[in-house]
Amino acid sequence: MKKTDDSLTSIIELGTDDEHASVVNSKRMVKRKFYDKLFYRLCQSTIILALIILVVLIAHILISGLSWLSIDFFTNFTSRFAEQAGIKAAIAGSMWVLFLTASFAIPLGVSAAIFLEEYAPKSKWVEWVQINIGNLAGMPSIVYGLVGLTVFVRYLNFERSLLAGSLTLALLVLPIIIISSQEAIKAVPLSLREAAYALGARKWQVVFLQVLPAALPGILTGVILSVSRAIGETAPLIVIGALSFVAFTPGSIWDEFTVLPIQIYNWASKPQVEFHQLAAAAIIVLLVLLFAMNFLAIYLRQKYQRYKL
Amino acid sequence: MSASQSEKPEVILETKDLNVFYGENQAIHSVNMQVKKGTVAALIGPSGCGKSTFLRSLNRMNDFVSTARVEGKVFYQGKNLYSKEVDPVELRSQIGMVFQKPNPFPKSIYKNIIWGPKINGFSGDMDLLVEKSLKRAALWGEVKDRLHDSAFDLSGGQQQRLCIARTIAMNPDVILMDEPCSALDPRSTQAIEDLITELKRRYTIIIVTHNMQQAGRISDETYFFHEGNLIESGDTKQIFTKPSVQMTEDYITGRFG
Amino acid sequence: MSITILTTIAVIVLLGKESFEFFKEVSVVSFLFGTNWSPLIPPHSFGVLPLVCGTMWIVLGSVLFAVPIGLLVAVYLSEYASDKVKSYLKPVLELLAGIPTVVYGYFALTFITPLMKWINPEIEVFNAASGAIVVGIMILPMIASLCDDAFSAVPGSIKQGGYALGANTFEVIKDILIPATKSRIGAATVLAVSRAIGETMAVTLAAGATARLTADPFVSIQTMTSFIVQVTMGDAPAGGIEYLSSFAVGTLLFLMTLVMNIIGNQWVFKSRIRVV
Repeated sequence: MKKTDDSLTSIIELGTDDEHASVVNSKRMVKRKFYDKLFYRLCQSTIILALIILVVLIAHILISGLSWLSIDFFTNFTSRFAEQAGIKAAIAGSMWVLFLTASFAIPLGVSAAIFLEEYAPKSKWVEWVQINIGNLAGMPSIVYGLVGLTVFVRYLNFERSLLAGSLTLALLVLPIIIISSQEAIKAVPLSLREAAYALGARKWQVVFLQVLPAALPGILTGVILSVSRAIGETAPLIVIGALSFVAFTPGSIWDEFTVLPIQIYNWASKPQVEFHQLAAAAIIVLLVLLFAMNFLAIYLRQKYQRYKL
Repeated sequence: MSASQSEKPEVILETKDLNVFYGENQAIHSVNMQVKKGTVAALIGPSGCGKSTFLRSLNRMNDFVSTARVEGKVFYQGKNLYSKEVDPVELRSQIGMVFQKPNPFPKSIYKNIIWGPKINGFSGDMDLLVEKSLKRAALWGEVKDRLHDSAFDLSGGQQQRLCIARTIAMNPDVILMDEPCSALDPRSTQAIEDLITELKRRYTIIIVTHNMQQAGRISDETYFFHEGNLIESGDTKQIFTKPSVQMTEDYITGRFG
Repeated sequence: MSITILTTIAVIVLLGKESFEFFKEVSVVSFLFGTNWSPLIPPHSFGVLPLVCGTMWIVLGSVLFAVPIGLLVAVYLSEYASDKVKSYLKPVLELLAGIPTVVYGYFALTFITPLMKWINPEIEVFNAASGAIVVGIMILPMIASLCDDAFSAVPGSIKQGGYALGANTFEVIKDILIPATKSRIGAATVLAVSRAIGETMAVTLAAGATARLTADPFVSIQTMTSFIVQVTMGDAPAGGIEYLSSFAVGTLLFLMTLVMNIIGNQWVFKSRIRVV
């Protein structure tokens, strides 16, 4: 038998001791099995805990608020009297904000993503921009509020208007839209682009006629999810001055306004139990809106997305 | 060399009517096999014929595939490995496995080898165990001065020998090898083939290989698989010079696969 | 693209400008290290430590709650759950993550605090612990998701090597999986801390508006974020010292979260290269 190196000592020479008994210890096996089982149960219980929390949360809200949902609730403005209070102003405001924020943020965000992914040169400068976007995405929402206050409300003199509020939220949502759109574009495989180029297409044709359509479901999902976050934002709007006692629906972008989360906050801060229950009812409306948007996004993702990240 | 013809070496691992399913697909059809102690058994056949699946059912690694279902029996030490009383965790300490792509832990060489025994409560001399295992895996000379370096610092062939060493440290009776050389260069392959020939003095080895010449070089018994069926089995010399089944001959002479 | 750069610059410039005005009146040192915070009530005093303390209570409590549980949730998702179960559980987590912070604030105020009071009637209606629990619930899905990603990145062959040596699931997780993902778990924690620092509405509703330095988690406190809300909801005149103080706090907030985010993202980036 050929020996390849001198460390290949014949196995027989190393002894025929019965090591196996000392390597596998039966008593220890029982202990090991016990810990294995225990750990599994522990992990399982954390999942159960999470489920319980969700169930309790939703049940509590439903129990408190369901009875207050009525036609009046939707058509009344808020009032000092709980029985007469409603979310008309808040819903109107939220819808306005949603629409305006989306109009500002989506075009800017998606085009920025396209630029960064397809056209921007790979320079240090672009890298720095990318890092900045990442950092902006992680900034607390209230800081965006302070920025919005200074820039839009004071400096540009938009006052406490829908315009100021939506622009502020657009700033907040922008980095997230950019990042998720970039991911969707990145997911489109190189082979698709190569196929298009090989057929003699120019760059803009490849990007807008092949890559973008392919990335569209992913982009849409990201956009819907990001904008739906805007509905739930409270702090930035409070900072720029959205009011909480509003007895009118906004008529133009220059009007003052309130939104659903602020109304909820306002009612929840009151000491009377009835207002807490009103808050719960408003929460139900907010959550229904949110879940509807999320389901739409997920449905789109399931049905149309071809290129998984 | 395997035992002389007059002596009948004991059967250490035996399968009876082993069937393996992945969901609706049947990957292994009713295989009966008897592996003798102290021999090297080679499983050959074209790719996709189920050799790896079969190998993995011997140490119940298929348990980790949710769609896998095993019917039939695998006998080891008088027990059916798939019966309720057998603990798969324990059985894997006695039937070891070396994988196609070397997969050392992201730890030091020393820790890689000592991990298995430690978990089992080994309280003996760890340094000695590491030295013995590395020597038996023909790796000691190359690493004895850097036992605490990361396993990833080693070359592919060295990593694979490290994986063999850590399997040996558990002192198994049987070592299963799933195409252990297919990711290695010819020199490392040679080193491991020599190693296997030495190892069989102490361990029983079942090796899956797509390299027929390798099977011819190092094994005592050869088992030819095709599409999940065991077509022919027997003494290696016999199979390679005078196979009984036409399909075997076709495969060996390269007419397909 | 220039918009984002503009925004970054805007944030830095604005906060800087307003804080600058602020610090013309109050020294930086007494701001950072002072322990008495009453910018709205005479005698005015601007030591920010009580607010930082309040924020830290929330962060500490929520991280202590969310990291161990989130980690175990991630372990279950990646090592124990079947694909089918996982596909049901992941949306549940995303649901928890998507609930707006006001709702959690409401939940803390109307459910958790009464529950705590039922156990121990001495607790104040507004207290840090209640806020911390609820912020913990908010960051739980984030940690679970990041850790799950980290676990999935470990090649299956390494785990299989462990199983083949006769180890059980617990041992493979404990000795192979967790050590290999240590840095990404750390990064997830850091990012969670950053998120907890920036939490506003939940703590405003639940934890109170009393800026104080305290070692008792069951009394009312005020976080940096809640203070900013308080000032802007009030009638402080623009340019006045109270108004400026909110910007100073905002700057501090911004810097803290920025540092945390940079550390967290760098950590993830570095560990990604090391999975050789």
